[in-house]
Amino acid sequence: MISRQVVRKASFVLIGLLLLGAALVSGCGSKESAQTPAPALAGNLTIAGSTSVQPFSEVLAEQFMAQNKGVQISVQGGGSSVGIEAAVSGAANIGASSRALKDEEKNKGLVDTTIALDGIAIVVHPSNTVTNLKSEEVMNIYLGNIKNWKEVGGPDAPITIVSREEGSGTRDAFTDLVMKKKDIVKTAIIQNSTGAVRTTVAGDKNAIGYVSMASVTQEVRALSIDGVAANEANVKAGTYKIQRPFLYVTKGAPEGLAKAFIDFVLSAEGQKLIVEEGAFSISK
Amino acid sequence: MQPVQPRIYLRRGEKAIEKLLVLSAAIFIIVIALITIFIFSKGLPLMVKVGLGDFIFNSDWRPSKGMFGIGAMVLGSLAVTVSAMVWAVPLGISTAILMAEIAPARVGRLLGNMVELLAGIPSVVYGFVGLVVIVPFIRNYLGGNGLSVLAGAIILGIMILPTVINISRDSILAVPKEYKEGSLALGATHYQTIRRVIIPAARSGIITAVVLGMGRAIGETMAVVMVTGNSAIVPGSILEPVRTMTSNIVLEMGYAAGDHQAALFATGVVLFVFIVALNLMVNMAAKAGTDNGRK
Repeated sequence: MISRQVVRKASFVLIGLLLLGAALVSGCGSKESAQTPAPALAGNLTIAGSTSVQPFSEVLAEQFMAQNKGVQISVQGGGSSVGIEAAVSGAANIGASSRALKDEEKNKGLVDTTIALDGIAIVVHPSNTVTNLKSEEVMNIYLGNIKNWKEVGGPDAPITIVSREEGSGTRDAFTDLVMKKKDIVKTAIIQNSTGAVRTTVAGDKNAIGYVSMASVTQEVRALSIDGVAANEANVKAGTYKIQRPFLYVTKGAPEGLAKAFIDFVLSAEGQKLIVEEGAFSISK
Repeated sequence: MQPVQPRIYLRRGEKAIEKLLVLSAAIFIIVIALITIFIFSKGLPLMVKVGLGDFIFNSDWRPSKGMFGIGAMVLGSLAVTVSAMVWAVPLGISTAILMAEIAPARVGRLLGNMVELLAGIPSVVYGFVGLVVIVPFIRNYLGGNGLSVLAGAIILGIMILPTVINISRDSILAVPKEYKEGSLALGATHYQTIRRVIIPAARSGIITAVVLGMGRAIGETMAVVMVTGNSAIVPGSILEPVRTMTSNIVLEMGYAAGDHQAALFATGVVLFVFIVALNLMVNMAAKAGTDNGRK
């Protein structure tokens, strides 16, 4: 009898907790929908896509929201393909891509706006004595033909090749720009984010990797390619060849809030933020 | 009058709870069914397109070129899992025996708490420790670049220890006291009793522990991605990098689209079949156990 009562009490407590939980969840829901849109620029905007573009979108969105109090911009990652897919499906108002659109994607009625340029830096451990590589040498390292640093004027040590995963915008750009579309050697270490590549290279004195120039930190050193230093000026001048565009993709021409935001990004103020964040403005 | 009212109240309450329980179970079953249907519907068409044999046994993984063979990943999952089991299972079972049979109760409880703590650490923390401590150690003292099968095996082994230890200990503690007393009364030493009586009687539980540990090892992702280097190759030695099926999914899902995405779902299908097979093995072990206990 006692145990029965205990069970009964326990189940009431349980039901109570469940109800409380349900009430909380529904409470949260109603709060969000209760937000009344203010006049002028207002509403929600979702940007999803390339993790290379993400930090730029975040800074730009922050500034735009500070200027337009009624606007809520949510910036999500996911990758270029996810961003483009989200723009097609409407899951995001703006898709961010760090590669040019494929034909099959353009056929879905997408419009792309180039918002910035980014260089891809070939990075090594700071202690590496190699400071310059020819782009063929980089290609041959990633093809697995050059296996030792001494073949390119460095110490007698095996090269640890670090690459991004298949489908990554950075990898696509790298294979297009450096590899001439040839396959990266299968024994390469694969990391699935810019940060992970950088950490791996920073932790292995024989490693070589490639990351967005905006993500180069003191932990690693960017090599000159064909005698051209990996810096902003050389990307903008077009002399540093390993570079790619950052795109905002919309379904049809941008309109409403999306248009207002993209206009802001292309304005002098927006471009200044992009430069401060480490990529290069589209204006020459 | 007085005893009647609470009884009606009780019955109503019970009915409500009963319905709530049925509802919970139904939701659970629906969720499982939906996940299964979803994974299979996304993954199977590609497996059929590529050919089941080619998909599972071919080691050419170049999604951008339309080559979808996860053979290297299937072998990779097995290589990392088996090498983790090789050291973690004996260690785990020995610890379980110590905790249940040999150590004083207080020490046993202390060890139990430590094992609980081990089980509670998030896998990304294990991965980080592996990346910062184990990978450089392997690179400096054993060769290769450190990101390797071995690094994965060490981290995974630590991660499955709590599963192996807890379930083994519980099954050892569940062996009827009379068995032990009988054995000791016949003049067997404590060690002989453990080896000849207690472990055989707890065998099914220990097998369950091992298989569940294996399931955890195959399914683990985050820590493995961080320490194994993720090259889609068949590793030639335990010092070479490797990619597991779970790693394959988590590495590439961010950017995958079209057939590539379907291939990742198909990888999930293979993984799903592996886990179901392991669960069936657990059930069989449990059934064998009921016979064993009576022999």
